[in-house]
Amino acid sequence: MATTSDLQSGRPLVQGNHKSAFRNDRIATGIFYAAGIFLVLLLFAFAGYIIYNGRASLNLHFLTTPPLFMQKGGGVGPQLFNSIYLLILASTLSVPLGVGAGIYMAEYARPSRLTRAIRLSLETLSALPSIVVGLFGLLIFINILGWGFSILAGAMALTILNLPVITRVAEESIRNVPPALKEGSLALGATHWQTIWRLILPAATPGILSGVILVTGRIFGEAAALLFTAGMSSPPLNFSDWNPLHYVSPLNPLRPAETLAVYTWKVNSEGLVPDARQIADGSAAVLIITVFLFNFLARYLGKALQKRSRAC
Amino acid sequence: MPDLTPSGQSILRSARGSSHFLRETLGRYYATLCGDLIILLTVTMVAFITVKGLAAFTGPHPLSPLKFLFSSHWQPDADPGEGGPQFGTLAFILGSVSVSGLAVLLAAPLAVAASILISVIAPRAGENFFRPVLELFTGIPSVVYGWVGLSLLVPFIRNQFGGLGFSLLAGGLVLALMILPTITTLATDALQNLPDSLLEGSYALGATRWQTIHRILLPAARPRILIGVTLGMTRAFGEALAVQMVIGNSVRLPDSLLNPMSTITSVITMDMGNTVKGSAWNNALWSMSLLLLAITFGFIVIIKRLGPQDTKNGNHF
Repeated sequence: MATTSDLQSGRPLVQGNHKSAFRNDRIATGIFYAAGIFLVLLLFAFAGYIIYNGRASLNLHFLTTPPLFMQKGGGVGPQLFNSIYLLILASTLSVPLGVGAGIYMAEYARPSRLTRAIRLSLETLSALPSIVVGLFGLLIFINILGWGFSILAGAMALTILNLPVITRVAEESIRNVPPALKEGSLALGATHWQTIWRLILPAATPGILSGVILVTGRIFGEAAALLFTAGMSSPPLNFSDWNPLHYVSPLNPLRPAETLAVYTWKVNSEGLVPDARQIADGSAAVLIITVFLFNFLARYLGKALQKRSRAC
Repeated sequence: MPDLTPSGQSILRSARGSSHFLRETLGRYYATLCGDLIILLTVTMVAFITVKGLAAFTGPHPLSPLKFLFSSHWQPDADPGEGGPQFGTLAFILGSVSVSGLAVLLAAPLAVAASILISVIAPRAGENFFRPVLELFTGIPSVVYGWVGLSLLVPFIRNQFGGLGFSLLAGGLVLALMILPTITTLATDALQNLPDSLLEGSYALGATRWQTIHRILLPAARPRILIGVTLGMTRAFGEALAVQMVIGNSVRLPDSLLNPMSTITSVITMDMGNTVKGSAWNNALWSMSLLLLAITFGFIVIIKRLGPQDTKNGNHF
């Protein structure tokens, strides 16, 4: 048979012995299948282990009652509330900023020093360990501004974590909008901003929305950035007082707030409750299930919205 | 202004033209402001942590930078009678390097092998099954990885190999599992972004699939795969809580897979909340934060050197 040279090595690509080449190919294929299947089994075993161990805690009692001190049977109600509240605050802060920056990068930015600086900043921000973001929050919001460990400081730290991801998602979704849409709008005499606001953003919404939900799911489990910003304690909350200015109100943004992820970490080291193991099992299961739900929601909404916009 | 976009003035002569122009300007300003804010945020963060991190090396009792980096003598609360507090972080630096290095050594081969399956051998199952599963798992909180390490892995290591169970091995395994989905996704992207002509040309020349993979596709995708591996390493290096839960947190050079030790992040996590603001101990912790930041920058430089980052799927932090 004709031998053909491999450009790099100069050796024939198919060496003399056909049989060994095909045998090696089959062995390699087998190994790759084994690796892929092993990887997936590992991940499923991991998720299965967590959900199986935490199954006893997946009830309304565990999810709504406050933790107990030195006795068994406490829940994670306030922690769960704190996680959700922080998530809403952080999204409210980071979505307008991230989408704005995404619009800038996709629509206004030209190849310039400024654009390169933004790009580099985004890469830096997304590579920073979350504990560094938490330490920055500690420095600015707690030490310098003197807010104390608070929901607000935690929300700011999460906003910093979110910002690069939302900007990237928004930029990509905007860039994926067909150019004909923009050209048609401009040709009809619309201004650039009208075009962005009325056509490009609505068309990019499915992509942005599923990206935002995915990110939100991730920050639900964030702990390192919150240890020194939102704090590791949860004052007693009065769930009938919804005035954000009262100290015991769950909505007060200046109270310390331990989230579910932080509690999962802390409950082991403290040893203040006898059933720390069950609590950690339960909250790990709640965390993982929530992240999965967010993921499915992002997938479903992204697809559903895309279908609707195509139908129009 | 040489601009392809209409300025609004010339085209819209209606009575509402001026309000459109105003919105046009405001919209543009808002978007630009958001872009600038990102630079401002990054610069502020780096500046503040740098200033705070350098505080330990100045002042009345300055810490020697050489001792800080190259001594493994860490006794932050020693009395002046015992020679005063010592802030050598070598043990933690080596601890971070060895635990994240071990994680990458364990994760990268499996991740690359799986990415070949997903992108070359079974692309349809890859797109419909493997990719969604991997995406699902990149979002799992690190405390959950840490908790599984603590409740399952640590007792297992204790029973099988003896010792405390809290060990370099436990940390490396937990981090490996944590960065597996990230590296696999990025390596898959790298292989899928190769031009189809490489694969087709190689097949047309009579090469088998394995020959095509290891002589053509892997070398061509290597820079991008290495970017994925480096990003995984960056994530492992900066991870704090999952590591802290299983590594044992004792001040000790990483001398064995089965011994407990500490990392930069685990020491910061443990002590930052318990030390008095402005004390030498607290300042040393801020210097370690600066060191962590500097090492992260080192990783970013390596990634930039390896080539342009994929803008399609970006990185997975």
